[in-house]
Amino acid sequence: MQLPLEPVALSSVLTVSELNQRIRRALETGFREVWVVGEISNFRIPPSGHCYFCLKDKRNQIAAVMFRSASQVLPFRPEDGMEVIVRGHVGLYDVRGDLQLYVDSMEPRGVGSLQLALEQLKKRLAAEGLFAEMRKRPLPFLPRAVGIVTALKGAAIHDMLTVIRARCPGMPVILRPVRVQGTGAAPDIVRAIADLNEHGGADVIIVGRGGGSLEDLWAFNDERVARAIAASLVPVVSAVGHEVDVTISDLVADRRAPTPTAAAAIVVPDRSDLLSRLDQFALTLRTCVQRRIHQQQDRTAALARHLRNPRQVLKNLRLRIDELAERAARATSGRLRFAEQRLRGAGERLHALSPLAVLERGYSITRRATGGTVVRDASSLRKGDDLRLLFARGIARVRVEGTE
Amino acid sequence: MEESKDVNRFDDGMAELEAIVARLERGELPLEEALAAFEAGIALVRVLNQRLNEAEARIELLSRDADGALQARAVSEAEIKE
Repeated sequence: MQLPLEPVALSSVLTVSELNQRIRRALETGFREVWVVGEISNFRIPPSGHCYFCLKDKRNQIAAVMFRSASQVLPFRPEDGMEVIVRGHVGLYDVRGDLQLYVDSMEPRGVGSLQLALEQLKKRLAAEGLFAEMRKRPLPFLPRAVGIVTALKGAAIHDMLTVIRARCPGMPVILRPVRVQGTGAAPDIVRAIADLNEHGGADVIIVGRGGGSLEDLWAFNDERVARAIAASLVPVVSAVGHEVDVTISDLVADRRAPTPTAAAAIVVPDRSDLLSRLDQFALTLRTCVQRRIHQQQDRTAALARHLRNPRQVLKNLRLRIDELAERAARATSGRLRFAEQRLRGAGERLHALSPLAVLERGYSITRRATGGTVVRDASSLRKGDDLRLLFARGIARVRVEGTE
Repeated sequence: MEESKDVNRFDDGMAELEAIVARLERGELPLEEALAAFEAGIALVRVLNQRLNEAEARIELLSRDADGALQARAVSEAEIKE
């Protein structure tokens, strides 16, 4: 049998609201400031902009909220699974009786929040393709003018001007000074890049500063600066003097340099080097063309030598022939004499048979005047035919009187 | 001044000069062409030399005036460095 509850004064029985109020007050005093480590889960941001999530460990969890005013100063984006250390206070949302951890500030566990922010931004921009090699443009070999975005009156500008003067004395420089650290730096750098693009005088831009801590260099890891560099129509060289890591500006830029000095050396060529190359070219041109001309002269002289003395050429040829004949004679002397005799004998007999020798004996050759045919038969002649008589010496023109 | 200010002109000029010298060095050109190449090469050398020797060592400071218009003001190195 259930015993009845002990009678209690009605005044000591609380309403729910009273209970919650008491609990809330107890929490407000006892849990005014707590530091809690845990893992984020169920993270969401409704249109109000406040962050609602659960903070949990292996066995327990608590509902948490981080109002927009606190969350918007976070450099990084909280995500499910992220281990964080939060500072806040515990309260009771008494309308619903919900226990609530109100988070004022949050740090990633194990890595600095700036570092984490950097990693997240790097991933995001890389995924967009902003760091791709293909995007990077070549720098002009000899710029019309060099644009510089950096602080006025610092080591960086001093060094850059020194290097530019040393390498390329005539090179114009357009300086657009900026704050290089602090909250206003990133927007200032963004405007500076836009200004130089709009002005149009520079065809390369160096954006940089000297070395410093991660906080000091933060503007060069800013998303807005990265996008401004990506959007620049003029090629950009990033020149952040840093001891450790590469900045996001370095990754987006068309070229990166480890220091401002190095950047200045990249953007302008060494003038004296170029001048000596030009001298070398001029020398080579002259040497080559002279050689070619000499070549031509030699060929022409050789030809001319041949043409100048044809008589000499012939005389030389004749000498050669005589020489050959003599050699030939010496080589064939015996046989030649015998042949000569035979030749002489034959020559005499030929002479006896020749028509000229016959004419010597008193014979004449009769030919018709027209046609020149030799007449052998008197019966072929008619009275009045014209004839030519060939004697051993001379010719007679005769006319036929008659035949027998 | 605009004519010599084309962004890529200088290294294009150097490349062309190298090509001319290479042709001449090969030594197979007819005399007229060799002379023409020589003349073109020497002319280029002169132009490029001139480009390098243009002394326009000015420094300008870029800013916006009250109306938001861009202006470039010539300054001395001392102003920048000190």
